[in-house]
Amino acid sequence: MAELRWAVTSWRLAAAMWMRAATAYRTSFVLLAAASLLVCSLDFVVLLLMFHHTDRLGGWRLPEIGLLYGTAGIAIGVADFLLGTVDGLGERIRTGALDTLLLRPAPALSMVCAERFTLRRLARPAQATAVLLWALHALDLHWSWDKVLLLAMMLVCGPVIFGALFVGLSSVQFFWGEARELQNSATYGGATLLQYPPDVFARDLLLGVTFGVPLAFVNWLPTLQILGRPDPLGLPVVCRFAAPLVAAAAAGAAGLAWRAGLRAYRSTGS
Amino acid sequence: MRQAVGLYLTIARGAFRRYSTYRMATFSGAVTNSVFAVILAATFLALWRARPGLGGYDARAAVTYIWVSQALLVSVAAWGGGFQDELQTRFRSGDIAVDLYRPVDFQGWWLATDLGRAGFQLLVRGGVPLAVGALWFGARLPRSPLTWPLFLLSALLAVVVSFGVRFLVSLSGFWLHDAEGLRALTGVASMFLSGMLLPLTLFPAGAGAVARALPWAAIVQLPCDVFLERRHGLAVLGELGFQLGWALVLFGLGRVGLRLATRKVVVQGG
Repeated sequence: MAELRWAVTSWRLAAAMWMRAATAYRTSFVLLAAASLLVCSLDFVVLLLMFHHTDRLGGWRLPEIGLLYGTAGIAIGVADFLLGTVDGLGERIRTGALDTLLLRPAPALSMVCAERFTLRRLARPAQATAVLLWALHALDLHWSWDKVLLLAMMLVCGPVIFGALFVGLSSVQFFWGEARELQNSATYGGATLLQYPPDVFARDLLLGVTFGVPLAFVNWLPTLQILGRPDPLGLPVVCRFAAPLVAAAAAGAAGLAWRAGLRAYRSTGS
Repeated sequence: MRQAVGLYLTIARGAFRRYSTYRMATFSGAVTNSVFAVILAATFLALWRARPGLGGYDARAAVTYIWVSQALLVSVAAWGGGFQDELQTRFRSGDIAVDLYRPVDFQGWWLATDLGRAGFQLLVRGGVPLAVGALWFGARLPRSPLTWPLFLLSALLAVVVSFGVRFLVSLSGFWLHDAEGLRALTGVASMFLSGMLLPLTLFPAGAGAVARALPWAAIVQLPCDVFLERRHGLAVLGELGFQLGWALVLFGLGRVGLRLATRKVVVQGG
């Protein structure tokens, strides 16, 4: 437990240091923040333009998709905010910067995740929250305790699953330094996937993101339950509540992958 | 004259070879482009199922549009990037002064490197998604063999137009010292107005007409339309002419901007 607390503290200290650095060039910081907000909004503008031409996509109405969009955006946004820079691992190995981090009296994972920390990355969760609030307002749902629970579950387990993907897939870079782009297909590609209703995608893809990379548990399955929609895969209802277990398993697997990678790492000594 | 051409060809070849060193990174990138194309193509298919013939594309053309635009994404640097990254570090380090001293035209040098980079990336990060799309996901290949050289020409002009825009943005570094913020903002504009996210014919009427006249339309929308054989005979030359026109205008503006900028440069010795 003390070990974990020290990992969090060292992350916080390093993050605070990087945050001060990011605000040094003020104009650039403001422009970059504005750009981040616009970048995240682009996806939603595309959705709006699509719904300019139709009132249903894959059988879903815009506010229903808004629920998916908001929860997916919060899940990847919070994970990226807290530890997204871990994907630069391969670059750090190549330049030798990782060795410097390993010499510090703090966990390497905390240091790598805190690197280049900036408040700018709050743009995505902020924009996604706005869309989520609008969607919840427009949907006019009949709330019951299980739906509230499912919503809370999505907001907590979603970031954990994406965080596990960031760390677990980045560990591949210990062995395969140039694999950075590959994980983007799972993380950013996954977030794009989850913004759209599952009914839009082919069955094989749905199977892959349920039993392979566990993306479906981030928001698809809980949302099906909240909206009372049928599951295109016809999975048992209990799966819709399984996100906490899946998130715990994913986080555990990511931790093991990171340790295995770190243990296998041999510096070039440069 | 012949000497000059030979020089720029050598520069371009050097850039081509430099990018070809990072094979695994390029391969990972090509996989990511393909994954995104699979996801986005499914969403397009859902939209076109609801609205067949939307924007003058049938469902198959819409899916092909996604695969071609993903194939172009990195090569035409729709997000920005390419030579911009290098130029930015040279602004920071002051090496930019050395570049201005070279007995080679500054703008021509960077255009040549960017064309070399684009050539390699079109080959791999363009070729792989296009092949995957055509073999497994029903992307429609051009019917007339003549379309292929026209498409390559259109892609070449797209890179030159994109270079023109990016060069102007990078020049702002002479005044702003850090062009990152402006670069991020123009990246957003470029993604949206190039038709990378959605064909410009799907925009609301007024906005669509404006977007189709702006230089960004020449970066993704036009090469995609050439590939899809949307226009025939002389009308294709009109499309290429539009691209050429913007390429020349932007190159000219870059020339003027460069002259103003070099007048401003103060080289700090030491």
